[in-house]
Amino acid sequence: MAKRIVVDPMTRIEGHLRVDCEVDNGKVVKAWSSGQMWRGIELILEGRDPRDAWIITQRICGVCTTVHAVASVRAVENALKLEVPLNAQYIRNMIITAHGIHDHIVHFYQLSALDWVDIVSALQADPAKAAQIAQSLSDWPLNNVTVFKDVQEKLKSFVNTGQLGVFASGYWGHPAMKLPPEVNLMAVAHYFQALDYQRTANKIVSVLGSKTPHIQNLAVGGVANPINLDSQSTLTMERLAYIKSVIDELGDFVRKVYMVDVAAIGAMYADWTQYGAGVTNYLSVPDLPLDTMGTQFALPGGYIQNADLSTFKPITGYQDAFFEGGVKESVKHAWYQGGKGALHPYDGETIPQYTDFQDDGKYSWVKAPTFNDKRAQVGPLANVLAMAAAGHEPTTRNLTTVLEMAGTVAGAEIPVAALHSTIGRHAARAVRTAVLHEALEQQWVLLMENIGKGDYDTFNQPVFPEGEVRGVGFHEAPRGVLSHWIVIRDGKIANYQAVVPSTWNAGPRDESDEAGPYEASLMDNPVAEPDKPLEVLRTIHSFDPCLACAIHMVDTEQKEITRVQGVGAQCGVKF
Amino acid sequence: MDAVVQPVSMVDTDLAQAPVLVLGLGNILLQDEGVGVAVIERLQRRYRVPDEVELLDGGTSGMSLLEDISNREHLIVVDAVRTGKPAGTEVVLTGEEVPAFLCNKVSPHQLALSDVLANLALMNKSPRQVTVVGMEPLSLETHLGLSEMVTDRLQALTETVIEHIKAAGYEVEQLNPEAWNKNTSLMTEA
Repeated sequence: MAKRIVVDPMTRIEGHLRVDCEVDNGKVVKAWSSGQMWRGIELILEGRDPRDAWIITQRICGVCTTVHAVASVRAVENALKLEVPLNAQYIRNMIITAHGIHDHIVHFYQLSALDWVDIVSALQADPAKAAQIAQSLSDWPLNNVTVFKDVQEKLKSFVNTGQLGVFASGYWGHPAMKLPPEVNLMAVAHYFQALDYQRTANKIVSVLGSKTPHIQNLAVGGVANPINLDSQSTLTMERLAYIKSVIDELGDFVRKVYMVDVAAIGAMYADWTQYGAGVTNYLSVPDLPLDTMGTQFALPGGYIQNADLSTFKPITGYQDAFFEGGVKESVKHAWYQGGKGALHPYDGETIPQYTDFQDDGKYSWVKAPTFNDKRAQVGPLANVLAMAAAGHEPTTRNLTTVLEMAGTVAGAEIPVAALHSTIGRHAARAVRTAVLHEALEQQWVLLMENIGKGDYDTFNQPVFPEGEVRGVGFHEAPRGVLSHWIVIRDGKIANYQAVVPSTWNAGPRDESDEAGPYEASLMDNPVAEPDKPLEVLRTIHSFDPCLACAIHMVDTEQKEITRVQGVGAQCGVKF
Repeated sequence: MDAVVQPVSMVDTDLAQAPVLVLGLGNILLQDEGVGVAVIERLQRRYRVPDEVELLDGGTSGMSLLEDISNREHLIVVDAVRTGKPAGTEVVLTGEEVPAFLCNKVSPHQLALSDVLANLALMNKSPRQVTVVGMEPLSLETHLGLSEMVTDRLQALTETVIEHIKAAGYEVEQLNPEAWNKNTSLMTEA
C-alpha cells in the first residue's frame, strides 16, 4: 500500500516549501509541491516612483537581493526604452556574474553537498589515501596530506565537542550514502575551502555594489559608480586591479575544485542520472548585455522543448515578444480566486482564497507559471542546455570537460542526455559557474577597454512620459529566469509583478492539471527509508530551492515541534 | 524617499573589522518583521558610535553575512522574535541561551543566522559573544513601515541595544536633532 510522506520544512522554514509524496514499493508514485510565496509586492509599490522600485524589490529575498534589484531597473528601462551606458552594463554584468559564482559555490558545498557526502564517514578516512585520490583528479595545491589531516583533526574535535548538531541533517550513515571515506574527507576539505572562496566572490559585489547584502550602486538608467581613475572615492585603477586579482583567485577554485568534485562525486552516484528529470521543457533568458539597448548578449538563452536541443528557439533581446508574450500563471491549484484561466503577468491578480490542502484541488500559495501554455523547468540546467544548443563556445567546452572527467571516473562515457536528471542539475550548475567566471573576466576587460577609450559615462537620466507605459525586466539569476513586470502611469507605478525562478519549478499543478517540475522530478525516485527520505531531499535540493523570499523571524514557539519531528532543522518528517 | 543617484564610495572590504557588530535583521516589507533594521537606521541617524562598533542592516541575508560576522568579539543581533509573549515585549537573550535557541529554532530564513554561526564554528571563527535583542511583533502584514505600537517602542528598544554596546565598553553619543544624519532611510525616518 502506498505510504504518504510529508517533508516540511524542505528548506528549513516550516510551511515555506513542503513536499508530499506517496511512496509505493520503495518508489515515489505521486508528489505535491506546496509553498508560501512572496505575493503583494504591488501593494507596496503602487503609486511610488519607478526609480525607487529596485531599492524595495531587493528586500523581497535575502539570498537574491542583487538579482531583484537588477530585474527591477531593467523593467523600468524596458518600459521607457531607455539606453544604458556601456560602462554601466559592464559593471552590472560583473556584479551579476560574481554574485552567481558566489551563489552556485554556496549551493553546492554548503547547501546540498551533505545530501551526498557523509561527514561522519570522513573521520574514518586515511588522509594519505585521500590525498592520493584527490591528486589523481586535480593538481589543486591544497589536495595534500597535511591539509587533509588538519581538516580531519578539526572535524574530530568539532564532532567530539558535540557541535555536529548544528548541521542537524541527521542522515549520516544513511544507506543511500555511497562515497568511500577518503572521498568524503576530500569533499569536507573542499567544503571548508569553499567557505573562503564564496567570500572571495562576494568581495567583487561589495567593491562594485558599495555594500552587501544590499547593493547601493544601481540606478534606473545606469549605475552610480562614477569612474575617475585618480579619485579615491570612485572606481579607480587600484580598485579595478584589486577586482582582477580576485577574479584570478576564483578561477582556480572553480576549475580545479568545484568542477572536479561535481564530476567525480556525480560519477560515483551515476545511478542518479536516471532520476529526477521531470519537466524537460527548459526556459532561460539571455544575459550580460553587450550594447546599450540589450540586443547583444554574452550569454544566450531561450526555450527548448521535450529535452530536444534541436528545438531550441533563442530569446533575442529585451524587446523580444517571444518571451514577453509567452508567460502566463495559473491559480487553479493555488490558493487564489481563479476562474479566468491562466493570466499574463500584466493582468495578474492575487486575491487569496484559502482552502485546506486538497490533493486534487488547491494546495499551494505558489502560482503555476507556463511558457506558451506548457510547464517549463528553469535554472542552470535550462541555461546550460540553451547555451549549448546555441553553440556558445565556452559552454560546450566546459560541458565537455565535466562530462569527460565524470566519464573517466565512472569508466564509461557519459552523454549529454545524462544531464536531464538530479545529478545533471549539479553538473550543469558547475558548468555554468565556469562559464560565468570566463564571462566575468571578459566583462572586466571590456570595462577597462571602454574606459581606455575615454568613455566615463555611467548613467542616462530617465524621462517618464504622461500616460501608460509597460515593460518587463528579465535576468538569468542563479536559480533561473527572473522577470519583473511593471505598468507605469503618469510616472508612477500602477502595477508590478515579480515572477521568481522558484515559482517556475515549485509551482503546483497547472490549468490542465500537469505537474510542476519539482513534482514531476520526484516520480520513480527511490526512497530506501520512508522515515529518512534523503532521496527526496536530493532531487528537490538539486533545483536549489529558495522560497524563503519573505519571512525572517526568530520563532521560539516552533522549538518543541521541531524537536518532535526529530530529524533536525533541515528536514522535519511527519506521517 | 527621493530617487537620487548618489555617488557610491568604494569601501575597502579588507579593512580590519570592528570588534563589535550590531546586526539588524528582518524583512522591512512585512511591517514589524523589519524592527531590527529600523533600530539600525535609528542608530545611524540619531547617534554616533565609535569606529570599534559597526552597524549593519543585514535584511534577511544568510551566508553573505559570513564575512561580516566572522571573528567578532561581540555580535549583537537585533530582530523580531516570537516567544509567545505579548506584542511589543522586548526579549534579550545572552550567553548560554543563544546557541540553544539558534540550534533548536526553525530557522525562519533558508540560510539564516544559525547556518552562518554553524559554519563559523566549523571554521573556528565564531564571534566570542552573541546577544540577541528582539521585540515581539504586532503585525506582519505586507507593508513598508512599523505598526504604531512597535513604532512607539522603537526608541526603548534602541536604548536597550545601546546599553549592550555600552556594557561592551563603548560610548554612544546621542546627536541633537539638527545634527541628525539626513541620509535617506527605508523604514521609519523618511
